Amino acid sequence: MAELNKAEAAEPADETPNVSEVDAVDAATETEAVAAIEASVERGEPILQVRNLVKHFPLTQGILFKRQIGAVKAVDGISFDLHQGETLGIVGESGCGKSTVAKLLMMLEQATAGEIFYKGQDITKLSGRALKAVRRNIQMVFQDPYTSLNPRMTVGDIIGEPFEIHPEAAPKGSRRQKVQDLLDVVGLNPEYINRYPHQFSGGQRQRIGIARGLALNPEIIICDEPVSALDVSVQAQVINLMEKLQDEFNLSYLFIAHDLSIVRHISDRVGVMYLGKMAEIGSDQSIYDHPTHPYTQALLSAVPVPDPEAREGRERIILTGDVPSPANPPSGCRFRTRCWKAQDKCAQEEPLLAVPERFKSSDSPVAHESACHFAEEKDVVHAA
Amino acid sequence: MTSMEIKTGSAPSSRSGGDDSGALLDVRDLHVEFHTRDGVVKAVNGVNYNVSSGETLAVLGESGSGKSVTAQAIMGIVDMPPGKIPQGEILFRGQDMLKMSNEERRKIRGSKIAMIFQDALSSLNPVLSVGYQLGEMFRVHEGMSRKQAKAKAVELMERVKIPAAKDRVNDFPHQFSGGMRQRIMIAMALALEPDLIIADEPTTALDVTVQAQVMDLLAELQQEYNMGLILITHDLGVVADVADKIAVMYAGRIVETAPVHELYKRPAHPYTRGLLDSIPRLDQKGQELYAIKGLPPNLLHVPSGCPFNPRCPKAQDICRTEVPPLVPVTEQDGTDLPGRGSACHFWEETIHG
Repeated sequence: MAELNKAEAAEPADETPNVSEVDAVDAATETEAVAAIEASVERGEPILQVRNLVKHFPLTQGILFKRQIGAVKAVDGISFDLHQGETLGIVGESGCGKSTVAKLLMMLEQATAGEIFYKGQDITKLSGRALKAVRRNIQMVFQDPYTSLNPRMTVGDIIGEPFEIHPEAAPKGSRRQKVQDLLDVVGLNPEYINRYPHQFSGGQRQRIGIARGLALNPEIIICDEPVSALDVSVQAQVINLMEKLQDEFNLSYLFIAHDLSIVRHISDRVGVMYLGKMAEIGSDQSIYDHPTHPYTQALLSAVPVPDPEAREGRERIILTGDVPSPANPPSGCRFRTRCWKAQDKCAQEEPLLAVPERFKSSDSPVAHESACHFAEEKDVVHAA
Repeated sequence: MTSMEIKTGSAPSSRSGGDDSGALLDVRDLHVEFHTRDGVVKAVNGVNYNVSSGETLAVLGESGSGKSVTAQAIMGIVDMPPGKIPQGEILFRGQDMLKMSNEERRKIRGSKIAMIFQDALSSLNPVLSVGYQLGEMFRVHEGMSRKQAKAKAVELMERVKIPAAKDRVNDFPHQFSGGMRQRIMIAMALALEPDLIIADEPTTALDVTVQAQVMDLLAELQQEYNMGLILITHDLGVVADVADKIAVMYAGRIVETAPVHELYKRPAHPYTRGLLDSIPRLDQKGQELYAIKGLPPNLLHVPSGCPFNPRCPKAQDICRTEVPPLVPVTEQDGTDLPGRGSACHFWEETIHG
């Protein structure tokens, strides 16, 4: 267990430069990068900075002579920061690009444009050894615990596989012990090391997925709908485990989900995505109690509240229609086709993600970034 | 033997004054089991519930609790073999459907009782146009011509608010979005204006904004036709929004029945309480969530006694040996709480203590 604990987990991160990190990276080839990382950590900057991230998937026509006839604009200019030890929740409907963001951050997809700074270093420009070194620190937990574990590998092989790729993380002789420690950390019996995934239930499998994500002592874990495939009574167990691990290892989470109540529970800040854009971003309190973007208001008011007393008095905003195709998004504000406030300005001018002018001087949580021309506060959660 | 006791528990649950004969559908002591290579899976073990016209019953449970199998047994679409219904009655307007011939059941299925399935994409036939699939109901049950059936299909699509229904009637399922497909499923269930609709997780695969649209539509149509609705779900939020009464299932048994307001205010079974407590709440931000420990049971080896006992914080010796019957729940002073029942040895402590 002591081995697992990172050096910096014990002390505040911004005081000591990332010692174990620096050791792990092949120092001879990466001196420059290391210097940049050290500098950025000393300044107390966000661990991850995303700037104008864009991902377009080309649509092609023709078999022999493929030509591009358009693009699915899955992610179209997204910016956010992630700080050490923080949880950033990303919510949005299916097709809004939240999973693509996860893949871009993992460098599983090459971004069309934009930058992702990990401790001041743009990882979209990296390749080879340098990229491999960065990847060690950004790990992922997938949505479906049934398909994200190889059925032909034992649990020990699954959790130990990261060590094969990054042999410097654990010497060969100690790997079995490390895997057993990891199983213990996520609340599974270390004796299960030789079992296969099918011998476990959904919740236990998700714990295996989390153990695999933790194996390399990452600093950032990207969780793409980690509990949505689980039963209600098991969801709470996994959420508690993730919170415990965050405290223990000082992890930063990017938590992608569509269940708004769970996102609120676990997140420090929340970003709302719509059709490849960030509609609104702010602290959990400002998003849930003081939403200013009409889409956020509609989304929050549509969530069924597990309290029958609330059903009569609650004002619900029911959106009409479906999300437009990201291959051909509406001009101007992307939400305008479903928005009840839409005016001519919304079709012509794209609203930028910024703190609305009228709230700038306000100290209350209402002053947060919102991409709407007509941002207005409306409390939809507590409305009676 | 316990069936009689169970009966007394759920009998007063009909809203219109406790008269059982008024119920549209009455499920009595239903058992369903599946004979597999590994043994007998007891999916449903003595379920009782009833629904009246215009009423919404929500069946709440986790995966493997038997909520969907019960619905399939009502529809008569359990695969037999390996499935088997060794015991029980399913009374529709007083007639036991389990004793009917296949031909008689066919007449009820679709025209009197219809079902909405969870995953619209896999429930619709991908190689037939939605108009053809909607019209099939009219051709088979009412002997309409193709032309008439298609006109009816357009009408139905309009009723469930699919825009440009005339142009889209010849489209195929993959050309519709998830919400629209679910509307088509609803339209199909509504086609012959049934008395009862069983909706099996109708909105689980949908986004919240679309879910709100679909649930609203369903509630509106239910009112218009005064249908009974059995809503099968695991989402406590959806239940609170639409249900009149709730039956909570666990390991093939109903562990608690209650009118919707009562259940959320004062659960009378530790499992229900655990479910409600595990919902993240605003005032508990930053604290650990309450979690029911352990896992749902394997139906091949249901624990002896109360099936919830290995996970229950209140479990005592009696829970490990004796199956608690579903008994009526009363106020502390003994006054009746209509429609309430709990299958827990210690329900009194759970609700009052």
